Amino acid sequence: MSIVTVQLGQCGNQIGHEVFNALCGDIRGTHGLCSKKENESYHNACKERFFSEEESEVPVARAVLVDMEPKVISQTLSRAAQSGYWKYNDRSHFCQKQGSGNNWANGYSVHGPRHKEIIMNLVQKEAEKCDRLGGFFTIMSMAGGTGSGLGAFVTQCLRDAFPTSFILNHVIWPYGTGEVIVQNYNSVLTLSHLYRSSDALLVHENDVIHKICAQLMNIKQISFRDVNQVIAHQLGSVFQPTYTAESGLHYSRNPLGDLMETLVPHPEFKMLGLRNIPQMPENSLAYTTFSWLGLIKHLRQMLIANAKMEEGIDWQVKPRRLGCSIPSSHSTNKPLHFNTSIANLVILRGKDPHSVDLGSFQDPSLYTSWLKPQDAFNVWKTPRAFNKYEKSASLVSNSQFLLKPLDNVVGKAWNMFASKAYIHQYTKFGIEEEDFLDSFTALEQVISSYSTL
Amino acid sequence: SLPVAVGQCGNQVGCRFWDLALREHAAVNKKGIYDEALSSFFRNIDTRSGDDGPDIYKGKIRSLKARALLIDMEEGVVNEILQGPLRDVFDSKQLITDVSGSGNNWAVGHKLYGYQYRESIVEKLRKTAEHCDCLQCFFIIHSMGGGTGSGLGTFVLNLLEEEFPEVYRFVTSVYPSGEDDVITSPYNSVLAMKELNEHADCVLPIENESLFDIVNKIHQMTSSGKLGSSVKQSSLVTSSAGSAKTAPEKPFDAMNNIVANLLLNLTSSARFEGSLNMDLNEISMNLVPFPRLHYLVSSLTPLYTLADVNVPPRRLDQMFSDAFSRDHQLIQADPKHSLYLACALLVRGNVQVSDLRRNIERLKPSLNFVSWNQEGWKTGLCSVPPVGHSHSLLALANNTCVKPTFIELKDKFMKLYKKKAHLHHYLHIEGMEQSCFSEAMLSLSDLIEEYNELDATKDGPRTDPSRLKIAV
Repeated sequence: MSIVTVQLGQCGNQIGHEVFNALCGDIRGTHGLCSKKENESYHNACKERFFSEEESEVPVARAVLVDMEPKVISQTLSRAAQSGYWKYNDRSHFCQKQGSGNNWANGYSVHGPRHKEIIMNLVQKEAEKCDRLGGFFTIMSMAGGTGSGLGAFVTQCLRDAFPTSFILNHVIWPYGTGEVIVQNYNSVLTLSHLYRSSDALLVHENDVIHKICAQLMNIKQISFRDVNQVIAHQLGSVFQPTYTAESGLHYSRNPLGDLMETLVPHPEFKMLGLRNIPQMPENSLAYTTFSWLGLIKHLRQMLIANAKMEEGIDWQVKPRRLGCSIPSSHSTNKPLHFNTSIANLVILRGKDPHSVDLGSFQDPSLYTSWLKPQDAFNVWKTPRAFNKYEKSASLVSNSQFLLKPLDNVVGKAWNMFASKAYIHQYTKFGIEEEDFLDSFTALEQVISSYSTL
Repeated sequence: SLPVAVGQCGNQVGCRFWDLALREHAAVNKKGIYDEALSSFFRNIDTRSGDDGPDIYKGKIRSLKARALLIDMEEGVVNEILQGPLRDVFDSKQLITDVSGSGNNWAVGHKLYGYQYRESIVEKLRKTAEHCDCLQCFFIIHSMGGGTGSGLGTFVLNLLEEEFPEVYRFVTSVYPSGEDDVITSPYNSVLAMKELNEHADCVLPIENESLFDIVNKIHQMTSSGKLGSSVKQSSLVTSSAGSAKTAPEKPFDAMNNIVANLLLNLTSSARFEGSLNMDLNEISMNLVPFPRLHYLVSSLTPLYTLADVNVPPRRLDQMFSDAFSRDHQLIQADPKHSLYLACALLVRGNVQVSDLRRNIERLKPSLNFVSWNQEGWKTGLCSVPPVGHSHSLLALANNTCVKPTFIELKDKFMKLYKKKAHLHHYLHIEGMEQSCFSEAMLSLSDLIEEYNELDATKDGPRTDPSRLKIAV
C-alpha cells in the first residue's frame, strides 16, 4: 500500500524534501548488512510505499507540495531533481504569491476554502496513482500560517474526501523562545482542529532536535537543514519497511494502519512522541559498536523518565509499584517524574533483531490499566540496517511524553489571550474569540485526559 | 511591493532607495535574467516599441522600470531624478507634480492638493498596481514636518485604504529634529500623526538626529588611522559606492542611504530565499498586538564591514548586541530601558538558526518584555546578504521607547497651539476647522496614554490568569 505525503508550508516542504532524501539514500546504499534477497524485498517495499515509477529514470516521490508563497517550493523541486536519484512530479504542487502572514485564520478561513478544489485535485491524482492507498502523511509546522492554518483545513478536507483512509499528521513544535510571536495561538488552533480530523499526531520539537544536533551530532553552527535531516532520519526509522507480528514472512504492507492499530486505541489519545537511538555524527559510526541489550535498556529508561535523547537520562526514575496512589501533577504541583504510557511501539533495525528480549517493555507498571501489556506493546523488526547504523532502535510512544510541552503552549497562549493581544489580527479573517475558547477547551480536555493516566 | 514617495524628503530617500536596490540586485543577479526577486520591485519592458512596450516576464533583462509612484508639489527634486542616472527607471506615468509646493502647510498638502489630485493619484495607482502580479504592500516614504510629504502623503495613505483595503500600508516617516527650522512642523506632524494612527498598518519612525549621529560615527571610524583604510567602502550603510550615482554626494545622501538600506533589508526575505522566510504581512501580524500600537523602532547593524573575510563568531554576536544599543536606533530612543511589546530580528547572510538562538538567549535577560509576551520574538533568516557584507541584522521593536518622541511632539504642538500661532494659515484652507487640531491632539494624547498604561505594568507583579477548568 502506498502513502501520499502532503507537504504544507515552508517547514513542511523543507522537511518533506529531507525525508524523501533520507528514504532514497537508505535504499540506495550497500550497507544493508543483510542478504541480497532481503535487501531487494526492502527496496521494493519502500518504493511501493513512497515512490511511483513514472516515465522517468528516477523514482518519483508520491507527494503534493503546497505553499502560499513560491520560493520554497521552487527550491525544493529543483534540489530534488538535482540530486539525480529521485524527484517530485513536476505538476504535483500548488503555490500562491501572498503567503499567509503567520496568520492561522488567513490559512484556514481564506486560503483554505479559496484553493480547496485545486489542492484536493492534486491529492486525488496522487491517490489514483496508488495501486492501493494506504493513507496520508501530512507534514507541517504549528507556528506559522500556511502549514498550521491551511494544513488544518486540508486535513479536514482529506477526512471528508477519504473517510476510510488513515491520516497521520507530522507536526513540528516550534522553539520555545519564538520563531513567531503568535506561535502559541497558531499552535492551539492547529492542534484542536487536527484532533478532530486526524487519526494521530506525530510530534517533533525543534528544541529537542536542536539539542541532539548540538550534543550528539556535534554540529557547531546548526542550520535548519541539520535539524531537518535529523528529523528525516527519525521519520525514516519509523516508515521504512518492517516485519510486524501479523505480516509474517513479508514486509508489512499497511504501515499507517498498523501504526494506528498498535498505538491509538482510543480517540481521546492521539499524541505520539518519537525517540530514536543511537544518534551520532556519521564519521563516528565506523568506530562504534552497539548491542541490542544496551539500546533497549536506554530506550526503556528514556520512556519512563521522559528523556528526550540518550544523554542526560535520569536513571533514578523507576516504575511505581502497582497498588500505590498516583500523585497528579496539578494537585501537588510536583513535576510528574514517571511517564505513563497508553501504548508503545519499538522498531528494531539491524543485525539479529530476533534474538532481542523485550520483556522489560511489557512491564504492566509502565502502562495505564485499561490495556493488557501484551496489547499495549508491539515490536516491529527487520534485519536490514537503516541509514548506515549497524543497529538502530526507535520508540513511537502514546504516552505522557508531550503532556508538559502541550501544557506549556496552552498556558502561554492563554496568558496572551487574557490580554487580548493580537486577537484583532485573527478576527479580521473570521476567527472569533469564541473559536479560540473552543480550541482552548478542547486542549484542556486532552491535557486532563493525559494527566490522569 | 509598491513604494510611494511623497514630498521632497520622500523623493530624495526614494531616489537613494531605487539606486541601492539596483545595486543590490546587480550584485546577486550575475546572469542578467529577470527573476522573481527583481520582479517584486521592477518591471521588465521591451522598449523597442517605445516606453509603452509590453512587459517581459521571463528571460533576459531588457529595460527595468521601477514599480513606484513619485509625488511632489514642486518640481525640483523629481526633475533632478529624471535628469540623473536613474531617468530610465521611471516614466512620466508614475509621476505627479505641481509647481508651487505646499508652503510647509499640512492643510495645503492634505486638503487642497489632495482634493485637486485625487483622481489622478487613484488612476496612476491603479495602473501601477495592475502591472503587479501580486501586490502585497505599499510603502509610503515621507517626512512629517513639511507640507507635501506630511499632508499629501497622509492623504494618499487614506486613499490607499479606501481603494486597496487588503494591501498592507507601511509608512516610513521622518520626524522633525530638535533644531528644525520649520516653525509649523509640530502642527504638520501632529495632524499627520492622527492619520498614521488611524490608517497605517505599520509605521517606522525615523529621526534625523539619529541618522546624523550614525553618519558621524561612521565618519569617525573611517577617517581614523589604520581602521579607516580597511573598511569596505561599499559596505557602509551610508554609502552610495557602486551605485549609479556619480555626482558629488549631497549632504543628506548619506543619511538617506541609511533609510534606503532599512527598506531593502525589510523586504529582503520577501525577495530572496532563506531557511526561514519573513514576509511583510508577517511583520505586521507579529509586531502589532493592538491596532493602534503599530510604531516600530528600527536598527541596522553592522554599520560597516572590515575588509577581512574571516568573521569570528564573537563579531557575529557583537552584531546582535549592537542592534539593541541606543546609538544604532534610527530614532532617539533607548529600547533597552523601556518595555518591549514585541521584537523582530531579520538576519541576512551566513547566519544559522543556532547563532540566532544563542544570541536571543544571551540578550533576553537584559530586556524587559511585557507580561503577556515574554518570548515575543519573531525571526527570519535570509540567505542573501546586503552588498559588501557577509551578514547583517535588522531589528524591529514595538517598544514603549517611542513615547518620549511623541510626548515631545505634543509639547511643541501645545506651545504653538496655546498662542494660536500661525493657525490662520491652516484655517483659511477649505475643509480645515479648529476641530481638526483638537481631534489630532486627542488622538496623540490617547496614543501616549496607551503607552503609559503599558509602561505601568513593567515592574509590577506578574500573576498569570487562571486556566480553564475541565470537568473530569
